[in-house]
Amino acid sequence: MIRVEGLSFRHHGAPTPVVKNVTFSVPNGGIAVLLGPNGSGKTTLFKSIAGLWKPCAGKVLLNGREMAHLSFRERARLLAVVPQEHAPPFPYTVLEAVLMGRAPYVGPYASPSRQDRQKALHALDAVGISALADRPYTGISGGERQLTLIARALTQETPILLLDEPTSHLDFRNQHKVLEMVGRIASREGLTVLMTLHDPNLAACFAHRVVLLKAGEMMAEGTPAEVLTERHLERLYDIGIGIASDTERRFIYPKSAFVVPEAFNTVPEG
Amino acid sequence: MRIKTVLLIAAPFVAAFFSLFIGGYTISPLNVLHALKSGLCGAGSQEAAIVLDIRLPRIILAGLSGLALSTSGATLQAVLRNPLVDPFILGISSGAAFGCAVTIGFAPFIPLQAAAFLGGGAAVLIACLIARTAVGEMSRLSLVLSGVIVSAFFSAMVSLIKFFVDQMKLQSIVYWLMGSFSVADWSQVRSAGIGIFLGSLPVFLLRWRLNVISMGDEEARTLGVNVSRKRLIFISAATLAATSAVAVSGIIGWVGLMVPHLVRMMVGPDHRRLIPLSMAGGATFMILADTAARNLTEFDIPVGIVTALAGAPFFIYLMKRSGRESWGR
Repeated sequence: MIRVEGLSFRHHGAPTPVVKNVTFSVPNGGIAVLLGPNGSGKTTLFKSIAGLWKPCAGKVLLNGREMAHLSFRERARLLAVVPQEHAPPFPYTVLEAVLMGRAPYVGPYASPSRQDRQKALHALDAVGISALADRPYTGISGGERQLTLIARALTQETPILLLDEPTSHLDFRNQHKVLEMVGRIASREGLTVLMTLHDPNLAACFAHRVVLLKAGEMMAEGTPAEVLTERHLERLYDIGIGIASDTERRFIYPKSAFVVPEAFNTVPEG
Repeated sequence: MRIKTVLLIAAPFVAAFFSLFIGGYTISPLNVLHALKSGLCGAGSQEAAIVLDIRLPRIILAGLSGLALSTSGATLQAVLRNPLVDPFILGISSGAAFGCAVTIGFAPFIPLQAAAFLGGGAAVLIACLIARTAVGEMSRLSLVLSGVIVSAFFSAMVSLIKFFVDQMKLQSIVYWLMGSFSVADWSQVRSAGIGIFLGSLPVFLLRWRLNVISMGDEEARTLGVNVSRKRLIFISAATLAATSAVAVSGIIGWVGLMVPHLVRMMVGPDHRRLIPLSMAGGATFMILADTAARNLTEFDIPVGIVTALAGAPFFIYLMKRSGRESWGR
């Protein structure tokens, strides 16, 4: 379980905090999504919860233990972070990159053991990219790299998983593939998941809880049905929002005043 | 993979063994073996003294220095996430040279090794502080540039010292700076060996952590690594190893940058293999370079000239051929 209590964050030397008094929790085995426009403090909140940035007030509890009192090693056994896509300076193989997830368990003067290697291979299998194990990490596609990072997080064997915009560099298909994968593994392993996303439709598909963040403050929190309403989303994004729904799905779309000019819709006669 | 590893680990010993047979004073191979045997049992001739007290310590010192410089280069490249740095580029060598020049010129009571470490440590600290922005990020380019600045500053300071000291001291500083093992003896092997051992051992033991740290500070932290502490350990160890080598051999460029890259091209970037094989590769390269330096001409030319002459074209060739794979992007 993740519990965030009255968390505020202020950048060094800045007069006002960028994240103000945020309180919410993610129950065990739940998937929560953090939604908010650019500059809403989403990334800041994410990094504070990941333990990378120190909040100026409030606290984060991981399975009942206060994060601020834990060492990096202890944190890494409770909480695994999937960062946004990045390019490492050296072309490690996919397997070597995934093995790094064993760092919180490997002794300071030791290297990963055969068992650690087995766990890494197992995680690669779980995300379905075993075939890439010996490929250089720099030479695979963005979607495959995201899966590698998820496999690395799984080898950390933590009860909690944090994902920072896991879909931001992925195409239409891979966005769904990756989130489906996360959802399936999370429910199978009973993981508690918190991720940031840009697309409210993806949140509606995959989240149990949604947290809306605007200008550093928590606007609303609840189930997707409670929170992802026209009224909330219009306030969140400052644009007109419509929701089309049938019996199974709801589709959130922006009400745009722009219409493709008629002239371009017809082929000119030649 | 396994064959390459075995060959690389054996290489420095093979190179050292053959290097014993080559030298300005011609000694028949049989007599070299004889001398080695007499070294084990005591009792020696003049030829035995040449092999045991001149060639052997020189070869060992060259090997140790090569090991130290390439270990240091590989470590710095990983910790600073920058394939372009080595002890020379970051100014560690110049800083150490400054420390040594001060000792030779004005303060002979300070041990050379300590002066070199202090100078080199100051240089790397200043270079990192200049390169660091307010947020604490270090861009690759700014780190290289600040290394160049620090390097230039300490070189200028060395020149200043050279200008003020007397002829005798000037000569010894100049010759020492060119990078040479020509005055190697067992006491140098001992004094450099301690620092090189103390610097290389933590790197060797902690080498898998270099993989994790090279992913970046934030990622390494989320993987449970105390980055600030580990980075301090790694940079101090790399500095100690490099400055210990500089203190006995002067400034020898290229080895720290080139050898880790060569090894990476051969066995990949995983530091579990890269560190021990860079040690072996660095030792081999330096032994070969020094053997060439003392035998190519009638004179004992500074080995720093040989490493640069051999290193630059070789490196260009490898960079053109397979540089992309090794440099990541």
